[in-house]
Amino acid sequence: MREIYLSGYNNFVLPFMIGMIFVLSWCVIGAARIILQLTGEDRKKFFLSLINPKIMAKNVRDWFCDCLFHVKLWKRNMLLGYMHSSIAFGWFMLIVIGHIEVFLYTPQRVHQIWYPIFFRYFVAVTDSTMKGSFFFFLMDFFLLVILSGIILAIIKRARSRFFGMRRTTNPSITDLIGLYSLWCIFPLRLLAEGFTADISGGSFLTKSLNMVLHSFLSDQMNMLPTWWAYSIALGVFMCILPFSRYMHIPAEILLIPMRNAGIKVTHARKGYAKLQVYSCPSCGVCIDACPMSTVKANTKDTTVYLNRQIKRYNERRIEEISDKCLLCGKCTAVCPVGVQGDMMRIAQRSVRKYKLAPSYANIDENALLERCNKFVNTSNNTVTSDRNQRVMYFAGCMTSLTPSISKSTAAILQKAGIRFEIMDKDGGICCGRPMFMAGRIAQAKEMIEKNTAIIKASGADTLLLSCPICYKIFKEQYQLEGIEVIHHTEFFDRLIESGKITLNGSDTRYVYHDPCELGRGCGIYEQPRNVVRKAGELVEAEKHGKESICCGGSLGSLTLGFDKRKALTENALANLTIASPDTIVTACPLCRSTFNRYSDIPVKDIAEIVDEATRKKKR
Amino acid sequence: MNIFGFRISPSSAINLDNVDKERFRELCRIEPDAVRCMACGSCSATCPAAGFSGMSVRKVLLYLQRGKEEEAFKLMSNCMLCGKCTMVCPRGINTRHLILSICRIYDKEEKK
Repeated sequence: MREIYLSGYNNFVLPFMIGMIFVLSWCVIGAARIILQLTGEDRKKFFLSLINPKIMAKNVRDWFCDCLFHVKLWKRNMLLGYMHSSIAFGWFMLIVIGHIEVFLYTPQRVHQIWYPIFFRYFVAVTDSTMKGSFFFFLMDFFLLVILSGIILAIIKRARSRFFGMRRTTNPSITDLIGLYSLWCIFPLRLLAEGFTADISGGSFLTKSLNMVLHSFLSDQMNMLPTWWAYSIALGVFMCILPFSRYMHIPAEILLIPMRNAGIKVTHARKGYAKLQVYSCPSCGVCIDACPMSTVKANTKDTTVYLNRQIKRYNERRIEEISDKCLLCGKCTAVCPVGVQGDMMRIAQRSVRKYKLAPSYANIDENALLERCNKFVNTSNNTVTSDRNQRVMYFAGCMTSLTPSISKSTAAILQKAGIRFEIMDKDGGICCGRPMFMAGRIAQAKEMIEKNTAIIKASGADTLLLSCPICYKIFKEQYQLEGIEVIHHTEFFDRLIESGKITLNGSDTRYVYHDPCELGRGCGIYEQPRNVVRKAGELVEAEKHGKESICCGGSLGSLTLGFDKRKALTENALANLTIASPDTIVTACPLCRSTFNRYSDIPVKDIAEIVDEATRKKKR
Repeated sequence: MNIFGFRISPSSAINLDNVDKERFRELCRIEPDAVRCMACGSCSATCPAAGFSGMSVRKVLLYLQRGKEEEAFKLMSNCMLCGKCTMVCPRGINTRHLILSICRIYDKEEKK
């Protein structure tokens, strides 16, 4: 390779350089601000994770799999995955190979950062560099890959259904400018390199284009405007990048190590929350996933719009969107980047100002403890020794509205011969999760303290819960050392495994509904299914497991009224009954009563079917 | 000193002309549901905080309407926002949001 221009500079690199310097300084300042906004503890955790080889290996893998190959999108839809990964990985390879070329052929130019981008303009091919045809081929190949991705992207704008997306995000004006400039970059690059391919060398794509161009445009002077156009497209894209959804490209690079370091959203707008907002690619996967978007009016209240409004500081809309959400966590489960829509919303709710604050200091936990004191000998304050498990059953508020669940659970425990006590048979303190979801963390913590004191003093070694809402907060926020927190689905599975209860199978077709808080919230999918399989035939809903659809009754939503939830419940029921089951089984008292309201077929809790199946055997 | 063997209870009459209704009007503007309550008492029957502070959404609304705010705050002081009242309300009132709105509008200290 031989250099054509002594200076290695032409004015057309200016738009690119302006964009590049702008975007780089923006990102460096932004990253520094985000790291400074983290709490001291989180910052320490973040820096320590960077020197931990195990976490670092995971970071590198995630950088490649998430940012470049978009593995999560491939799993969702092949075409969607190809479209994203072709542009991301293709562009990455163009940059990498461009740099390799500069290192190999013109090492004296390494410090000029525009050189690898506009390499073909500045060099001419010589006989000795024909070995470089391998790189020329690679460059053309990846350019073709990107162009195919761009064509798919154009098709996707018109027909997103081909890509498995029913609805997509409505792009904002800056998103559109970014989008069009991104679409322009690569065809312009092809054109620019096509013009110079006879001098600088090229491969199947650029060489052939060169032949075509020269057949009617013989003037060499045409090549400068195309290089200008290419540089301007790059410059426009990079200048608009911080204000458009394409900010997710640099933001995700920082998000991945922070996520892997285990940092949580603590502040509503600063630090990790801000990073999540900027990492949102506005892809719109959450729109189709959101159970609320069955009603078209709700599509603008999905996570992607929450992120957009937070960027715009539109407080009225932020409040509206965050209060409406059911907190089912499905957007978090499907998000290809890992934006935690539910956590973000709880954080937004937690900064709200209330003038009145409830307090639970007047509640006497000793009086509550006396009602359920079974395992502690009151005379000498020792735990009654017993080889059996000492199970404390906390039914929870929602279970007390569906007493058949607590009755069945108690009956099963009796059949299995387990010593147990019901903690809140005459009313007790709420677990705190509904208060937590409303964003009033301090009040929730107060309830947590009260309940912790009762449970610890009760001498129980197992806390059994039949409500996933309680289960989630007991698992995450309570500090109950030495006491096992267990959901009744897990407990029944264990009882069946150990042979303490035997289920009499029937030929009833059951469909199991994954409650949001149990499935996505706590990752329990298999145990309830094992139990249902023992009781009858298990069929699956159209969307199940991680993608199960919220029943619509969730306590997470603060503003969604009773009448507005009907459509959501009916949609969830249609999804459940796709395999025409005889009975819907769920493991959440709230889902049970919500479905029961509109379902044509019986809805039962898992405790009820286990109770029935064990009863049959006795006859 | 009860020498007659009976007492006269203090009057429980409320002069609505003296009640500052501004905040209740604001509440009704944000929560139109506040006036849809038919006082059936389902919420009182299910409330887990009723055993601690006598909480009842029905009573709270009644007290606020009559300007007896102190009494209302006392009842609300143990509300756990568990949502049972929302589940049982036959009028479909979103009681959780109603309670949160009361907490936002009314203020203990500002009471004249």
